[in-house]
Amino acid sequence: MIEVNNISKSFHGRPILKDIRFTFETGKTNIIIGESGSGKTTLLKCMVGLNEIDQGQILYDGRSFFDLDFKGKKAIRKEIGMLFQGGALFDSKTVEENVVFPLSMFTDMSEDEKRDRANFCLQRVNLNNANKLFPSELSGGMKKRVAIARAIAVQPKYLFCDEPNSGLDPKTSIVIDNLIKEITQEYNITTIVITHDMNSVIEIGDNIMFIYKGEKWWEGNKHEILRTNNKEICDFVYATEFMKDLKEKFQ
Amino acid sequence: MRVFYHFGKYFLLIKRAFGKPEKFSVYVGRIFEEMNILGVGSLGIVAIISVFMGAVITIQSAFNFESPLIPLYAVGVAVRDSMILEFSPAIVSLILAGKVGSSIASEIGTMRVTEQIDALEIMGINSAGYLVFPKIIASILFNPILVIFSMFLGIFGGYIFGLMSGVVTDYEYIYGITYEFRPYNVVYALIKSAVFAFIIASVPAYHGYYTSGGALEVGRSSTKGVVYSSVLILAFDLILTQLLLA
Repeated sequence: MIEVNNISKSFHGRPILKDIRFTFETGKTNIIIGESGSGKTTLLKCMVGLNEIDQGQILYDGRSFFDLDFKGKKAIRKEIGMLFQGGALFDSKTVEENVVFPLSMFTDMSEDEKRDRANFCLQRVNLNNANKLFPSELSGGMKKRVAIARAIAVQPKYLFCDEPNSGLDPKTSIVIDNLIKEITQEYNITTIVITHDMNSVIEIGDNIMFIYKGEKWWEGNKHEILRTNNKEICDFVYATEFMKDLKEKFQ
Repeated sequence: MRVFYHFGKYFLLIKRAFGKPEKFSVYVGRIFEEMNILGVGSLGIVAIISVFMGAVITIQSAFNFESPLIPLYAVGVAVRDSMILEFSPAIVSLILAGKVGSSIASEIGTMRVTEQIDALEIMGINSAGYLVFPKIIASILFNPILVIFSMFLGIFGGYIFGLMSGVVTDYEYIYGITYEFRPYNVVYALIKSAVFAFIIASVPAYHGYYTSGGALEVGRSSTKGVVYSSVLILAFDLILTQLLLA
């Protein structure tokens, strides 16, 4: 479980996050939605320690991240898997080497054990026969799947996904969404997904937080978000004609 | 004041780069990998430049030593001392600052803008240590080898082209390159090459590491890395010459 307590963050005096408070539950897919520039990625970067916070607290199962020393922070980071928007795969390494990399850095596994683990993770994300390919030879969806495989290789307790569906076709998006959901439940991890994609929200969102202009505007689940009359959320959720039609049918 | 800001930031990066490695065996592997990329990959360009430098110095020296008072073996002395004292350590390092420096800055810069460095940090890896430290060590270990290689090839190039053009005889050239040879000059050149190697690897790495933006900024970082490392090489060439030879 990750608790975010009253987090604020500003850049050059401009407030980006204002007093955000939320609890991300274990074994559930927690979704952060909001317009572009609302502060979602900044919140994610603050949570993983890539950005310092101005005030507040982030508790990883009770451990306050920013109060820990270097070693303590490092220990928490080893429990984090992250899926970046662009995949952030290492260009100079093959698919297998990318997945093996965290194992080489943090475990004493033999080469065979590391290869077996990498193969297991790649099979788990339905990527067979891609071990020797380089990231430049992969499609967008395959890159995301390799990134997921790399993230789960070290059996993380927390999984962060920054717009996992960006740049993917709807069919591949569903595959990635389902994969995230399955992995969350299978390994009982705390998953946090940032997305713009309402299909993802409806498909996999257990807990949803809507951020508007740097503030937590709303929280609920996927059923509640379709029923809410909050103007800002409705403007966001029903921005397309398709979603407006869906709402009418739903009502 | 901006200079001090960059100076401080550079030293903080170097401090982080020399922090305790997560896994020593991985870092040793990375050093050999970088020695292959940065060092072995530069052998060709260093060989070509050295042979031609040696040849040009031979012909120019012979052309300028026309006076009957200057013995012809002075051509060999001039080639030897020019190559050992200045051309091999400084000019080769300047060439490497262009080749290796731009490659380091653009590699690390691209990793920064594509969030690969963020990925390393989130995994709990000291990204500066993992990326910058092996490059600095590989460069310091391999640059002196390249410089010695350049010295031999430069003197050999002078010999071949000297004989081919007929400006110097076999006996005079060989007598010249052995005449009053001072081994300390080689030590001086190797000290310089190690210092230059540190600059060649660390300055472009700094510019690459703190790249922000996209492809345009990666290009800018690469250019800055090459320009600043070249200027620093020239400055340290002067400082070290004053300290070690004067």
